[in-house]
Amino acid sequence: MLEKINERKFNFSSLRRSNILTPSIALIFLVVLLSFLSPHFLTVSNMLNVLRQVSIIAIVSVGMTYAILTGGIDLSVGSVVALSGVITTMLLKNYSVNMYLSILAGLTVGILCGVAVGSMISSKIKMPPFIAGLAMMAVVRGIALIITNGRPIYNLPEQFGFIGGGFLYRIPFPVIIMIVIYIIAFINLRFTKMGVSFYAIGGNEEAARVAGINIRRSTVFAYTISGLTAAVAGIVLASRVMVGQPIAGYFYELDAIAASVIGGARMGGGEANIWGTLIGALIMGILKNGLNLLNVSTYYQQVAIGIVIAGTISFNLLRKS
Amino acid sequence: MNDSKSKSEYILEVRGIKKSFGGLRALKSVDLGLKYNEVLAIVGDNGAGKSTLVKAFSGAVIPDEGKIYIDGEEVKIKNPQDAIKLGIQMSYQDLALVDCLNISTNLFMGREICYKFLGMNFLRLKKMSLEAKGHLESLGIRTIGNINEKVRNLSGGQRQVIAISRSVFWGNKIIILDEPTGALGVRESKKVLDLIKTLKSKNISVIIISHNLNHVFSIADRIVVLRHGEKVGEKEIKDTDGDEVVKMITGAEFAGKELK
Repeated sequence: MLEKINERKFNFSSLRRSNILTPSIALIFLVVLLSFLSPHFLTVSNMLNVLRQVSIIAIVSVGMTYAILTGGIDLSVGSVVALSGVITTMLLKNYSVNMYLSILAGLTVGILCGVAVGSMISSKIKMPPFIAGLAMMAVVRGIALIITNGRPIYNLPEQFGFIGGGFLYRIPFPVIIMIVIYIIAFINLRFTKMGVSFYAIGGNEEAARVAGINIRRSTVFAYTISGLTAAVAGIVLASRVMVGQPIAGYFYELDAIAASVIGGARMGGGEANIWGTLIGALIMGILKNGLNLLNVSTYYQQVAIGIVIAGTISFNLLRKS
Repeated sequence: MNDSKSKSEYILEVRGIKKSFGGLRALKSVDLGLKYNEVLAIVGDNGAGKSTLVKAFSGAVIPDEGKIYIDGEEVKIKNPQDAIKLGIQMSYQDLALVDCLNISTNLFMGREICYKFLGMNFLRLKKMSLEAKGHLESLGIRTIGNINEKVRNLSGGQRQVIAISRSVFWGNKIIILDEPTGALGVRESKKVLDLIKTLKSKNISVIIISHNLNHVFSIADRIVVLRHGEKVGEKEIKDTDGDEVVKMITGAEFAGKELK
């Protein structure tokens, strides 16, 4: 009975049960292996390069983790990456709007997309998250193509390049944005009432409803965060390549899902770890980088990534069963 | 609680509750009263309408017809929040706990102790842990080692105890328990039954749904029998026995009525 519960706050069994153990080991293993295989891998400049490459998917993955945590999924994030980038760059270039206002507009678009997806899912008709995301993905991509006529937006003002290409204390600026977002997400999920409501909805929606948690509001919040992080990623991406691309972000949703799930998020909801998601994104990024350094063709890289995803998740499930 | 102000003998009373699900008439005009500081058992076969009836009190089901009174005054219960505000707490059959959260967070779910900072509600985790621990101790659930243990890692009995404690934690008048010993072994059931006795000593009125007549007879003051959505019997525990209750549940004594 209850008397038997362990007195200690932290013990090894809780670490053993924790979801981020497997991905952490996988990440360390990967780093050690690649350090031996390539002399160029474990250098400061390459590590910063990897982090910069990873940051965009890692930022998108934060929102995806929220969606998965509530028991859903957000397939629209890739399209939102494109639309927010396009909106921001169009305002900058075609309408000469102030940079901060343009960025604000891009972020607002992401928020609105998230609100739309969340509203469909939590409305009376209870649209399945997969379908709501699918519909939104198509609509948002379409809008991005319509407003640009399918053409990329070039010749952006130089100062816009800082967000994706700049450095702060020698650390790439996108990496700093990523770290800040992860810290905020961690605090939000771990220490706030809102965070508890996401876990509750994903873990036992009926219990959450009976406890008086506003399911609709929390669901919309989760997808709003997803839309917002996708928009941040879209702006960072546009700034890094200095192009507003209406076809940017294709299949980002799949990478983000992979990062979340490798990091221990349960597809049924109620379980996710934001640091696990970061590790998941790092595993995929480091794998790609390492394989590039080893001159492995991109065709083989896809196979390798697929195997890593299946392998990590199998280990995680095995360990818990 | 049982003071002169109250106009009624009952803390909770319902009259003429009807509920249909499509063509199925789950409740056909049921009257029921819960007295102050009593344990009332509702028994009946599967599909007799027990769960539907108590869900009408807790706001999870909205009756088609009928009136609900608390302390003799008519109230409207349209959702679980209404019921909670009126002091009615239900502990569900399917255990309204979230596995991935810890004991303390589950006890406080939906009513966390927070402080505002930058427009966000931050949890007072320490304070919640301490209060949760104190609450469990006050119910005789002694020496909780780790209030931060995830509910997933608890046994069935522990989970049930937490679920009931949670109901008590927030509703200080009426607690409704739907099959609290449903999936439990003998020892674990005893823990839960002891807890229900503790509730009574704390001036809480309890409605319990159970299939286990031994458990019902060991804790209840009064027993109400439902069959096919109707109340077919109401007895003081001391005036009845298991045989009579079984007959009422199965309808052996009311064979004529069924033909109507």
